[in-house]
This record gives sequence, C-alpha cells and structure tokens, in this order.
Amino acid sequence: MKAHFIQAHTILKEMIAEIAAKAEQAVQSAVDAVDKNNVAAATRVIANDAKIDEAEIKIEEECLKILALHQPVASDLRQVITILKVNNEIERVGDLAVNIAERVADMALYQERKIEKFDFRDMVNKAKAMLKQALDAMTYHDVAIAMEVIRSDDEVDIIHRNNYGKTRDMILRYPDEAQYYMDCLTVSRCLERIADSATNICEDVIYQENGHIVRHQHSVKSDASQ
Amino acid sequence: MAIKIHAKKLNFYYGAHQALFDNSLEIEANRITAVIGPSGCGKSTHLRIYNRIFELYRDQRVEGELLIDGKNVLAPKVDVLELRRKIGMIFQKPTPFPMSVFDNVAYPLKLHFKLSKTKIADRVEQALRGASLWDEVKDKLKASGLALSGGQQQRLCIARAIAAEPEILLMDEPTSAIDPVATLKIEELMLELKKKFTVMIVTHNMQQAARISDYTAFFFQGYIIEFGETEQIFTNPQKTKTEEYITGRFG
Repeated sequence: MKAHFIQAHTILKEMIAEIAAKAEQAVQSAVDAVDKNNVAAATRVIANDAKIDEAEIKIEEECLKILALHQPVASDLRQVITILKVNNEIERVGDLAVNIAERVADMALYQERKIEKFDFRDMVNKAKAMLKQALDAMTYHDVAIAMEVIRSDDEVDIIHRNNYGKTRDMILRYPDEAQYYMDCLTVSRCLERIADSATNICEDVIYQENGHIVRHQHSVKSDASQ
Repeated sequence: MAIKIHAKKLNFYYGAHQALFDNSLEIEANRITAVIGPSGCGKSTHLRIYNRIFELYRDQRVEGELLIDGKNVLAPKVDVLELRRKIGMIFQKPTPFPMSVFDNVAYPLKLHFKLSKTKIADRVEQALRGASLWDEVKDKLKASGLALSGGQQQRLCIARAIAAEPEILLMDEPTSAIDPVATLKIEELMLELKKKFTVMIVTHNMQQAARISDYTAFFFQGYIIEFGETEQIFTNPQKTKTEEYITGRFG
C-alpha cells in the first residue's frame, strides 16, 4: 500500500515540477516580450499556454486518482491536497503570463513614440523571485521560505499601487497615449497577481507542512515580518 | 460534553507480562470512539477491562480506575452481571447462540429482566429493528440464528446486545469478518446506535475509523500515544508515531 502511494506521489511531484517550470518560463518569456516589444515571442507564450492547461488537467486527474485509490491521511493527504491547489495556482500564473503577452502587440505600436515608458524591472524581478521561492518552498518543504514570500507580497502590492497612480498621471498628461498606459497597468496588475499566486502557494505549503490553514489571517504577514 | 467513561491510569497484566501502561482516556457519551493501532498493541485488552470480561481468565489482573458515570467499576463490590448488562460487547466473528433468531435476542431479556411473553416479543422486535435486521428476519424468527448470513449474524449479535438495554457498546473489529456491503450496513447502523449508546470500536480498518468515529485513540505497545477528534488525528496528528502508523509507514 505504502509503496504504491509513494510511487504515485513521486510521479505527481515530477508532474507539478514540470508544470511549474513551464509557468515560470511563460512569465519570463512574456515579460521579456514586453521589454523587447517582441510580438513573435508573445505569440509563442499565448500558444504554449495550451500545454500548461493540458498539464493542469492531467495533474488534477492524477490527484483524484490518488485520493480515490490510496485514501491518504495526515501528511500524505495534506501533500496531495496542496498539489491539487498549487496546480490551480500555477495554471493561473500561466494565464497571467498570457494576459501580459496579449498586451505586447498593442504596446509595440508605441515603440517608436517618444513617450515615458514604464520600468517593470523591479516588479518583474520581485514577482519572479516570489514565484520561484514559492515553488522551492513546496519542493523542499520549507516553511521559512514560504513565510518570507508571504511577507514580500506587500512590496509588490505597493509597486502596483504606485503604477496605478503613475498610469493616471500619464493619461492626464498624455491623453493620446492612454491605450499604452492602460496596457502598462494591465501588465502591472498581472505581475501583482502572479505575486498573489506565489503567496497563495506559500499558504498552501504552510498547510502542507504543519496542517494549519493560514489563509485570510492577517497575523501571518506580521508573523512573517518578525 | 458528558463523560461516560473515564479510564484512569489503567495497567494490565497477563501474569507477569505487562500489556497496558497507564492508559488514561475520557470517553464522551453518545459518541463513537475508534481504537486503532497495530496488532498486539493492547486495543482489545483495553476494551476487555471495561466489562471485566478478563476476569474469566486466570492470571489476568488490572490496576487503576475505570469510572463509568463517575463510579469505579473495577471496585470489588460491583455487580459484574449488571455491569455486563450495561456494557454490551460485539466480537470480530459473529457469535449467535445455537438457537432461533427470536431466542437469541430473548436470551438476555430472560436473563436480566422478568417480563411477560408479550413484552419479550415486543422487546425482541424492538431490538431487531434497532439493529436494522427486523425486515430481513421477521418471517423467520424461528429459524436458527446460525442460518443467517455473516452480516445478518453480526446484526443479530448487535440486536442481542442492545436488547439488554446497555449504555455502552464495545465492538471489537465487528466488520472484519464480513463483506463490504454488510460492513456498510453495520457502519450505518452505528450512526443510529450512537444516539442511544456510547460506542467504542476497535478497528484495523483506518478508513472505517475515519468514516464513522467522532474520536480516535491510537494505541502502541500498550500505551495510548494520541487521543483526539478523529478529524484532527487523520488530517494533522500531533505525534510522529500516529502519523507513521496511519500513513502506513509501519504496522
């Protein structure tokens, strides 16, 4: 019984690592495409999302199979449930990468225009790092990293709030370029949501490791910041 | 919550061999408490203290207190026959007496109460209904109890146990010798039984414990390692040994 579960669980862990790598790559390619106004690269991100969707379904089926056939309990149960939930979050990250990529064609139209461009580098680096750390926390069962990620979510939220203000100012100043700045705001919102997904993954990791559901608890952030 | 059974530091010996160590438990009334643990960990031994059935064997003795409704039933002057009426027991293999279905259930009534024939017939029907068996046997009450299927025999034993109007039902692996359909019937029956009785069930079937019990006690090598709400034990056990056992890492 145990050996069968371990085998099924190992396969599941490999599958989730694979989909996570795909989603990370999608985010990277999407933000690179924004940076370089590379419409072809953006189109590839959009096309590749189907693979992430397909992998999500396969993982979900595998989780349901394990739950039905092995009826895991305690930490085994928590690990399968965590993978089931993280799988959802990762698929969502893939969708957010697509949303970013979808803006590229439009933003590229403004390539030659002499307007003030948004600098996403700091936000991209933070969101990407959070996602990577969240996936590491899950793989290495590391609650400390998970707490660290939950804490950093505030930083990305602040950047997004600032971007909102900046968008408003720019549109007022350059009404003709409003569409470009709206695209920028979309990219910013997607990055902020990727950071949110990383945070959600970390909350699931904490549940996986110690059985406590920490979602919607403001104390977690303050605990994490101590 | 009302505590029905309070085991206080029970130590049990088979001759010189100590089988249970400082077992303390508080069992809530009208709840199902599952007792789990690997073979030989003391689950059945622990339960056998409750109705003092161990006293039928030589060289077996217990130390400690077992309070039922606050009274120590291990005290010397306790009426053991009355204690065993109060605490019904169901075993792994169905144990119908070699007599008719009716007489099986009437037996404890005749033993413990002085009742008219009509009253006995009423109470037999009531007990068979209580054990979800009436509809299946009402037309063959005179047939031998041994002629029933395994699952029906086990429910007959439950009917016999509840006919004596006990307060506590001890079930020692009651479904391990019967098929899944009959098991399901008994599990459903247990939900009904707990409305009237305090139920303790020893089971090797972890899913069964998780499905039907309100509380779970995990025994290991004669010690109670962990006791708590079933949901907590099966989602987030606090002791490593419990975790290892229920996830199948040993045992």
